Amino acid sequence: MEAYKLPLGRTMERFVDWLVDSGAWFFDSLAIALEWLIDGATDNLLLLPPWLFIAITGVMAQWLRRNTGLTVFTVLSFLLIWNLGYWEATIETLVMVVCATSLCVLIGVPIGIAAAHRPLLYTLLRPVLDLMQTVPTFVYLIPTLTLFGLGVVPGLIATIVFSIAAPIRLTYLGIFQVPKELVEAGKSFGCSNRQLLWRIELPAAASSIAAGITQCIMLSLSMVVISALVGANGLGRPVVRALNTVDIASGFEAGLAIVLLAIVLDRLLKQKHEVS
Amino acid sequence: MIEFKNVDLVFGKNPERALPLLDQGYDRDRLQSETGLVLGVSQANLKVNKGEICVLMGLSGSGKSSLLRCVNGLNPVTRGEVLIEHKGEVLNFFDADHQTQRDIRMKRISMVFQKFALMPWLTVAENIGFALDVQGLSKEEIARRVDAQLELVGLTEWRNHKPSALSGGMQQRVGLARALATESDILLMDEPFSALDPLIRQQLQEELLQLQSRLQKTIVFVSHDLDEALKLGNTIAIMKDGCIVQQGNPQDIVLNPATQYVEDFVAHTNPLHVLLCGDIADPLTVLPAKDDHYCIDTKQDCWFNADTGDAQCQNQTIKVQRWQEGDSMNDLIEAPTLVSASASFHEALEIRHRTGFVVLVECNDRSLKVIGDDQLYRGLLGKLG
Repeated sequence: MEAYKLPLGRTMERFVDWLVDSGAWFFDSLAIALEWLIDGATDNLLLLPPWLFIAITGVMAQWLRRNTGLTVFTVLSFLLIWNLGYWEATIETLVMVVCATSLCVLIGVPIGIAAAHRPLLYTLLRPVLDLMQTVPTFVYLIPTLTLFGLGVVPGLIATIVFSIAAPIRLTYLGIFQVPKELVEAGKSFGCSNRQLLWRIELPAAASSIAAGITQCIMLSLSMVVISALVGANGLGRPVVRALNTVDIASGFEAGLAIVLLAIVLDRLLKQKHEVS
Repeated sequence: MIEFKNVDLVFGKNPERALPLLDQGYDRDRLQSETGLVLGVSQANLKVNKGEICVLMGLSGSGKSSLLRCVNGLNPVTRGEVLIEHKGEVLNFFDADHQTQRDIRMKRISMVFQKFALMPWLTVAENIGFALDVQGLSKEEIARRVDAQLELVGLTEWRNHKPSALSGGMQQRVGLARALATESDILLMDEPFSALDPLIRQQLQEELLQLQSRLQKTIVFVSHDLDEALKLGNTIAIMKDGCIVQQGNPQDIVLNPATQYVEDFVAHTNPLHVLLCGDIADPLTVLPAKDDHYCIDTKQDCWFNADTGDAQCQNQTIKVQRWQEGDSMNDLIEAPTLVSASASFHEALEIRHRTGFVVLVECNDRSLKVIGDDQLYRGLLGKLG
């Protein structure tokens, strides 16, 4: 049975090699642009003294949620992270998550809208989305590495591949479930297709899309350790280092910082009546 | 004016392929089992005059809503024409270019929906102004028209609430105000009151009639309730399985049901609010007569003299009194009463009850007819003619 092995792996490898050869200019410039974006944002945020950042976050939390308990928790969490010495890593992770989520939303929401309007597109898209979420991350980390080189970009790309399914699916669901009468009402009052989208479908799907964005943030955050394996900075890096040196203390601290960041982001951004 | 001309509406993929089969006489079931296509409306011909309310009536699935949605193109007709007057010329909606169709939807036709179809994220005022905002009117113009509509439907103090804070009846008032705000002259109403409690429904029916007497819109109204249809409609078209089985004014429908289907509907309606005195009255000749004197009451020995217009009861002369629509019933005395043919059955019954005498009806051709107990009973039992 194994005498003649089907050359699946070899074919894939050749395909990636071809991509590297012929698309180098594209992937290189994409890598440079993304790296410039992330590094720039990180450097600028790190110019702020931590206490000022924490104060601003506290005020925003209070304004956004009007929940004093949550505000206190947010401020205390950041103070603890600062105290443990993971301030810089946390900011790096935060920027990475925000960049990944923004790109996912920019790409994913339009795809979700298009899929809701074209049943055939969604039929084709569904297996692709399933694949992106089930294929182990490490498998596509390897070609990403060869395409973009070590650093923060392959981590970002892997994060986007992993988490973009959430905004696509929930945007699709939200638009698909807009009550038929609302669309009919829009049409009957003379809405153009663009007006139907902006004035009826998107507002009606808003809570579902927002849920997709929150999920996307959580999924991105869950990718920080894997990104660190290919050279991204952030909270993943101390975890990886702790794993290599069997350092329970710093492993615990870095892990705690990730969990606190996740809880704060989730609580601050979650919709009141979450659609899940 | 709206006119449906030979409208066929088929749902499904490539509905045109149903047309030759329909011409061969396929009915709804056969078409569906052989092609999978659903026949929504078949050969509908109907004319709605300016300022009239036309009610499309039928059970669910009879094609009434489907036909209604052809008027503003929410359902594209498979064959036939839907004619409306636009800018001085009669045009078929489906022949018009895209811009004209949008124009017609924005300014000529507006729609009220069964489940209200209000935008839950907008306030009452924003919902009413929705169509105006779509048209790109100025903020001041929108505010002016929205205020006027809020006033009209009596929801001014609710303007900044979300629709979910309102009761069903109030939500539908918002739906109506939203439709009226565009100042379109054609109003499509798709079972607008069906989702409401009976009392609220009646109240909104009254309000609609009051509005209509002032605004004189051309209204196509879909209903599954014959009582509602009879109350609101100037004309009624009864639909079954996609076909219009009978159309006519309310009295026509009640007095001359065309098929068993219509008759079954009519059997469950209350004729008091539909029939007019002219419908139930019989010629004087049905009464016992003695040289131009007609016996209008055998027990009291009363005779009506058609020449003088007086009655003789046990040798006393009683003058016949006149009652007109709008007059108070309290001023009636115990004497025969003369009413016009357009007075309602309900009024005839009440006059009979108050005066104790027969009601005489003056027809349009000046001839006299009579409504005695016999005519009243037969009208109530639906056994006229």
